[in-house]
Amino acid sequence: MNAMTKTEPLLQIEGLTKHFHVRLGAFGEREAVVHALDDISFDIMPGETLSVVGESGCGKSTAGFTILQLHRPTAGRIRYQGRDLAGLDEKALRPYRRELQIIFQDPYSTLNPRMTIGEAIAEPILFHKLAPKGEVKSRVERLLADVGLPARFAMRYPHELSGGQRQRVAIARALACEPKFIVCDEAISALDVSIQAQIINLLLELQRKYGLTYLFIAHDLAVVRHISTRVAVMYLGRVAELAPRARLFGNPLHPYTKALLSAVPEADPAYERKRQRQILQGDVPSPMAPPAGCRFHTRCPLAIERCRVEAPVWRETSPGHHVACHLAEGGGE
Amino acid sequence: MARKNGQELLLDVRDLAIEVVTRNGPARIVDGISLTVEKGETLGVVGESGCGKSLTMLSLLGLLPNKISVIGGSATFKGRDLLAMSHKELRKVRGGEIGFVFQDPMTSLNPVVRIGQQVMEPLLYHRNMGRAEARKRAGELLKLVGIPGAEERLDNYPHELSGGMRQRVMIAIGLACDPALLIADEPTTALDVTIQAQIVDIVKELRAKLGMSIVWITHDLALIAGLVDRVVVLYAGSVVEDAPVDELYENPAHPYTRGLLASIPRLKDEGAEKLSSIGGTPPEPGRRPAGCPFAPRCPIARAECERAVPALEPVKGEGAHRVACFAAGEIAEAVA
Repeated sequence: MNAMTKTEPLLQIEGLTKHFHVRLGAFGEREAVVHALDDISFDIMPGETLSVVGESGCGKSTAGFTILQLHRPTAGRIRYQGRDLAGLDEKALRPYRRELQIIFQDPYSTLNPRMTIGEAIAEPILFHKLAPKGEVKSRVERLLADVGLPARFAMRYPHELSGGQRQRVAIARALACEPKFIVCDEAISALDVSIQAQIINLLLELQRKYGLTYLFIAHDLAVVRHISTRVAVMYLGRVAELAPRARLFGNPLHPYTKALLSAVPEADPAYERKRQRQILQGDVPSPMAPPAGCRFHTRCPLAIERCRVEAPVWRETSPGHHVACHLAEGGGE
Repeated sequence: MARKNGQELLLDVRDLAIEVVTRNGPARIVDGISLTVEKGETLGVVGESGCGKSLTMLSLLGLLPNKISVIGGSATFKGRDLLAMSHKELRKVRGGEIGFVFQDPMTSLNPVVRIGQQVMEPLLYHRNMGRAEARKRAGELLKLVGIPGAEERLDNYPHELSGGMRQRVMIAIGLACDPALLIADEPTTALDVTIQAQIVDIVKELRAKLGMSIVWITHDLALIAGLVDRVVVLYAGSVVEDAPVDELYENPAHPYTRGLLASIPRLKDEGAEKLSSIGGTPPEPGRRPAGCPFAPRCPIARAECERAVPALEPVKGEGAHRVACFAAGEIAEAVA
């Protein structure tokens, strides 16, 4: 990072919206629109880990996919180093595709079972012509070393590897592209607890080594607290709250954030037994018919009449702390 | 141990061994698991994928998949050995005296049968209820597990319900015949945290109301902290530690348990820079090392750990806290 990029965001997301048109009914006779992402805006700063949390269907993965142009947005802009990616065609996007990478949740389905690990990692190097042919082998070995795998793994096939090892390969493959930005889409959720910690440590180490920027999509708040610079909480296609880690966990303003934090169990029996939880009632409404006004009002313990009719605006209550809630006025409790 | 006087024990599993037939011959996936559940007790069974926690419970219900079979041990439930029962006898226990809830409510409900019918099924089979009576009871059960508009929901199909609601239906089915024991196999793993909190809350409430024993199988040590009375930690098909819940979290004696607890990031802590993690991966079934199964990953393993398998023994004196580790005594001393 140099002094110039320090203040300039790496990515600027403005009014990003993604609607999916779906057909319902046994014969597809009904049409509906899934409001997966509705008008979200935030910046991603170079070198930071911005985590996006929320429950299934809140749009957090769609946000990651749409930022990478794996889904084309319905509306809005994604400026990468000042350039709007949303308007570019596939060919113009190609150099950006290399710099913007993704690691998926399931290391069992993201690797081609018929390719050796070495071939899988070499593929992006050859495709983007990142090394002369003669150097590819040593480049692959260096990448394997980067992710903590021995060089002999280059000759193995995915089925010979455990889940944690495969996820390391997926990380090596993303790194092979020499990216600036990586979307980690529930990258550790499918792994066992003891392996999760290994991969989290690896991601943090690589971030320091290569100055990477992460968009970390997750539902595990304890993990998010551990690794994030800032955290965005999403609910039904909208961002409810975004704040630096310490503020979000120390002084959450949105009732949904509070409920989410209160639902996370702690590995402490005495604390858990006397803990007073604020348990949300009901389920998340369908994104095909999101509630009017504030989308959280159907489950919100504090909802007032205004919440049912008027969508709260996205406001900055203190430097860097954004929230969309009528009742979080002034940033107080 | 004093509590094992046979009187209060509801379930007593001893030396359970399960093998799977593979191309390379039989492989031991559960290797001598022993555990007990007292009346009214909630037991947490913790372990990572492949440790044998689900197979152990499935074997009790006679639900092991093809090519996987019990090759030794006993499981005494109310004085009778579940493993020695005929299919016919077992069918009377399953869903009657022992209820169960599986991980994935999306696949464990029959998609073409209405919710009401599925809740009524155990009542019709085990309780010989008439349809009208069973339907009335099914409505009550759905209300019990907190499904809004319970009576109208009886005629819904599973796809009309959300994941959390479906899991409540599964719990209603598990509880239909007032079981003495409810086996819950990762019942909240497929659910979001806010829904998970709802389900855990409901189970706690029902336990207080109905007084059944529960075996809660999970990989999540944080989730069960406030829910269970005692925890059994499994690793590669063996019990490595068995302790009252507070004791386990405060003074974990096995290096694996200690590693697991240390690798959980905690909300209450400030984000520490590096999480402590357990190196390596669990052994594949059939490739268990000769000695202690955890020895290859253990930070304090020594020569004897690779030769012999440590027995599950009380940490001190006759306490309820038992551990299978040669070095456990030294760990306890180092901590104290």
